[in-house]
Amino acid sequence: MKKRIISLWFPRLHSDRILRRQPMTGPFAVTAHAQNTDRLLCVNQEAQSAGLERGMSLSDAHALCPSLRSEPHHPQADQYFLSGLSRWARRYCPWVAQDGGDGLLMDITGSAHLFGGEEAMLNDLGHRLGHARLNARWGVADTRGAAWALAHYRPGIAAMGETEHALNTLPVAALRIAPQEDVTLQRLGVKTIGQLTKLPRATLGQRFGASVLMRLDQALGTHGETISPEAEAPVYATRLTFPEPIGLSSDVMAALERLLPALCAKLRDNQMGARTMLLICRRVDGQDQQVELRLARPLRDAARIQPLFERGVGTIDAGFGIDQLRLVATQVEHLAVEQIAHHNPRSQDGLHDLITRLGNRIGLDNIQRFLPADSHIPERSFKIAAAAWSEPSGTWVSPAPRPIRIFPPEGVAASGNAPPKRFRWRRQSLATARATGPERIAPEWWLMDENWRNGVRDYWRIETQQGRRLWMFYTPQNPGWFVHGEFA
Amino acid sequence: MLLRFSDIFPLKRGRAHEVTGPSAPVFAGISVGLSRMPAFWFVEDWMHETLNPMGLIPYCDPHHILIGKCPTPTDVLAATEEALRSGVVPYVIAEISKPLTLKAGRRLQLAAGQGRATGIMIIPQGMGSNAAQTRWDARPKFSTPNDALMQWSLVKNKSGTVASWDVRWNEETHHISVVPKAA
Repeated sequence: MKKRIISLWFPRLHSDRILRRQPMTGPFAVTAHAQNTDRLLCVNQEAQSAGLERGMSLSDAHALCPSLRSEPHHPQADQYFLSGLSRWARRYCPWVAQDGGDGLLMDITGSAHLFGGEEAMLNDLGHRLGHARLNARWGVADTRGAAWALAHYRPGIAAMGETEHALNTLPVAALRIAPQEDVTLQRLGVKTIGQLTKLPRATLGQRFGASVLMRLDQALGTHGETISPEAEAPVYATRLTFPEPIGLSSDVMAALERLLPALCAKLRDNQMGARTMLLICRRVDGQDQQVELRLARPLRDAARIQPLFERGVGTIDAGFGIDQLRLVATQVEHLAVEQIAHHNPRSQDGLHDLITRLGNRIGLDNIQRFLPADSHIPERSFKIAAAAWSEPSGTWVSPAPRPIRIFPPEGVAASGNAPPKRFRWRRQSLATARATGPERIAPEWWLMDENWRNGVRDYWRIETQQGRRLWMFYTPQNPGWFVHGEFA
Repeated sequence: MLLRFSDIFPLKRGRAHEVTGPSAPVFAGISVGLSRMPAFWFVEDWMHETLNPMGLIPYCDPHHILIGKCPTPTDVLAATEEALRSGVVPYVIAEISKPLTLKAGRRLQLAAGQGRATGIMIIPQGMGSNAAQTRWDARPKFSTPNDALMQWSLVKNKSGTVASWDVRWNEETHHISVVPKAA
């Protein structure tokens, strides 16, 4: 069966995307920064009739057309928009690929008759694109090259087997050749594809190398060219729609019991685990309720996730009822398949589930663990990391006995570099019974730290007659005594 | 009958206990250290007197401590209750700044009983609840040999008499021992 290809070209994709979102009349242009200035990348119909064109600098354009409005180019949004369009185009045929940044290729072999023939299909396509306020041009031919040429130079249909005839009068640039080759061919007097095909192939090959011949063969169909649709990124989402709205949290949980295994199976197939899940409850009055579940570990075990949702589901305001549930794994992480071993029961699972449950109450980042750090500064000798994103690692070594509690240094009225015999701290009168030290700790000069502006510190362990054992320091460079922590 | 220290410490499982005084964190740290299992330690996030893991090293592995910073005192109680009820960790420690009501104390007892876990509430002086199984006052004591002596007094005991002991932690043997009081 002969192939039939549609090449769909959106000549004003960039401006159409923005104008669809914020409709306006009058000249409009999308600008991109190139060659040290803002240049027009895409102009709408009004701007074009005002004499503006692609590649013009924005200041020139403003001089020509003072009422011009412009927006900067947003390549990612355009790409996203085009992939949306390619998903939409799958309604006509299953084989859709993106062509450059502003076109689509559709292989409609064998699917045109479903719409009543190519003519009817294109009418439908044009009608829908027009309704979506998108400028589009298309060409239909037996080959990808010919369809592209038609879309860009003479929109229309080339009937089956009529490719060569349709291309004859098109300029050589329609062959997707490099601009340099186009200019050279023009200089040689070869203006149209028809003239090009009449030239002997051997001389063409000698003069231009293989590229022009290859493009020509691709357009005429003697050299095959494939269309490769992008693989769809897996979507980790499931949904359930109810014939009657539901309102009880037990019903929502029962629905989750159906949604979760489906989602978890999808995750398992891709060796992924969910880190954040979102349950979206669509209410009959259109107000969505969301429940977010942040997990302490990537997880794809439906039976374990289900009870973790309980607390969140309890907070849903069902209003007049919920008629659709959608469960999305918004954040996924790679989770390899693990062998289930008998000798190694997964005792950590319970702990991770507890962290998840607590995290949903007080915030997952607020559950922290200590990790050792390489510093002599007491406050920096350990790190605090969120338990969900860290593993206990490193060994704990203490250079000297350290207090179990530390607090911001509290000043004590005393003088001299020897520990005070008597002092008052926190409204208590304390008498030194034994002092161990000093241990000198110098500030880390390569880090700016407000707390260490007083210079080096001589730390003492002060045991008082009253029992309290304090960690005090003296700053010789800026004389003063401070209490920094307490031993037990 | 005289109450022996080994009867009452390590703390009774499945109950919530209270401890006060400057050595309360050490009391909790030793309990966790003896269990050699992970433990939760809930605090309010505004507290500027923080636990120093370097100071915990002699008593327990700091990797075993999971800190939960709660935005409100109610969250501390709720998180403690949840952790106790799950029974995943043998010890749950909570530092609270407000007096514990009888209702809250009772709920913690029930949760601890359900999860077979032990709760240690570090409370400010005189802010305990009547629901506590035991209440301890742990404070350092000066002694002539430099041996970090502590005085642990049992000031409330639901199932027995009260007493006071001088105790010492032995880092090498990982063991707490009672020091006989000088006559």
